[in-house]
Amino acid sequence: METKRVIVTVIGKDRVGIIAAVAKTLSENQVNILDISQTILQEFFTMMMIVDISQSRLGIQELQDILGELGKEIGMQIQAQHEDIFRFMHRI
Amino acid sequence: MALNYTAEEIMQTIRMVQSENLDIRTITMGISLRDCAHEDMAVCCRKVYDKITRKAEKLVETGEAISREYGIPIINKRIAVTPIAMVGEACSGGSFVELAKAMDKAAEATGVNFIGGFSALVHKGYTSGDRRLIEAIPEALAVTERVCSSVNIGTTKAGINMDAVAQMGHIIKAAAELTKERDAIGCAKLVVFCNVPEDNPFMAGAFHGVGEPETVINVGVSGPGVVLAAIRNHPEWDFSTLASIIKRTAFKITRMGELVGREAGRRLDVPFGIVDLSLAPTPAIGDSVADILEAMGLERVGGHGTTAALAMLNDAVKKGGAMASSHVGGLSGAFIPVSEDAGMIRAVTEGALSLDKLEAMTCVCSVGLDMFAVPGDTTAEVLSAIIADEAAIGMINKKTTAVRVIPVPGKKVGDEVEFGGLLGRAPVMALHTYDPAVFIGRGGRIPAPIHALTN
Repeated sequence: METKRVIVTVIGKDRVGIIAAVAKTLSENQVNILDISQTILQEFFTMMMIVDISQSRLGIQELQDILGELGKEIGMQIQAQHEDIFRFMHRI
Repeated sequence: MALNYTAEEIMQTIRMVQSENLDIRTITMGISLRDCAHEDMAVCCRKVYDKITRKAEKLVETGEAISREYGIPIINKRIAVTPIAMVGEACSGGSFVELAKAMDKAAEATGVNFIGGFSALVHKGYTSGDRRLIEAIPEALAVTERVCSSVNIGTTKAGINMDAVAQMGHIIKAAAELTKERDAIGCAKLVVFCNVPEDNPFMAGAFHGVGEPETVINVGVSGPGVVLAAIRNHPEWDFSTLASIIKRTAFKITRMGELVGREAGRRLDVPFGIVDLSLAPTPAIGDSVADILEAMGLERVGGHGTTAALAMLNDAVKKGGAMASSHVGGLSGAFIPVSEDAGMIRAVTEGALSLDKLEAMTCVCSVGLDMFAVPGDTTAEVLSAIIADEAAIGMINKKTTAVRVIPVPGKKVGDEVEFGGLLGRAPVMALHTYDPAVFIGRGGRIPAPIHALTN
């Protein structure tokens, strides 16, 4: 089965339950998390996920909408971008 | 499966877009209109409209979808067509202004903001269609919103058509006069070229060259802000280090163009032509080529050292960008339009940047004297002489040069003109008023230079 990889970035002020909230939304929509990395960059909580949306009924644009809404609720900036933008820029 | 990217890499990409103004400046669809020729002008106009709207029907929505999915802004979706002088030449009657209106209507229907190709290539002489098109330019630009026009008056191979140079001075004056209520905006949509590229995606000079396929997607990237952020605050770097950082940054910027071009071509089922790796500034603060030159260590752009700084920047951008794309084309260099670059505007306003220095700068970067305003009483002959000088630089140096000059009726040196949006604002610049009328009036062609004989 072909994967369709999307990079999700979550940026904002650190607090309890950020990963849980994002992971819950993703699992409810059959979005599979392939990897997670989290760090504090320039005083901001920064989480990056690689997710696979090939099993989800959502397209990338719908996923962006849902995560955008969630971001507003929990006060974080959440973006979902096609993996290729990072692959093209940083890998030859 | 490992996360293939470091946090720094991911954040760098996001920062480039969110705070350093990285964007795709334009996706431009080239469309051949060679099959639209017809002896009845009304039929020709209908065929032009139908073909453009059919081929570009999904251009804007595709651009918007790509922009959203990749998280990178695509500022403009545009169309370039076969030089209309060739398309309309078979029409036995009627004004070429009708063709401009058909283009404008098609651009509006497809949702693009500019359509280029109201153009003629007359570097060696005029055909009847070229003549009719050029005569129609002032009115065409006055009665349309989105149509852009260009005329190529010289090449390294053919020399410079001085009859056309002389005529274009008058055409520019007429275009200014017909749009004087809007600060001569007609002139902002008209470019006079030497060595015009046939696959340039940037307006106002874009058209679909005769060697191009039926349709094509060309992409123009931007990103002066990204280069600025990479080099600012490092006075300790020597030139090798500076060049290396610029190259690496240009590589990353151009990769975005390559990605978007390939993807747009795939989704639209149109061949992907080229990435134009120009550094294109916008009036936004920080998105300025002039600011890069100042970050390299100049007090003000326009001072001594500016030409050397620009030469190095332009070369480093090309070296980095060329590695990033399978096909590079168009203008591909740093743009220095006055009105569209906040740093250039400041330098002119302060008196640091003169027209003479600007001309010197055009010897070492991609385009030419671009988007600068001059007093409204400038004579057609002086405008022609500016064009002749710039064309000579292009012809001798085997590069593209262009003039997009705006003689603003009623304005004098020190006044300012506001165009708005990406076109920005332009302080009216001083120029030499010595009369070149006898020189310009000689007519004929300046012969091609000796180094045109390469065979």
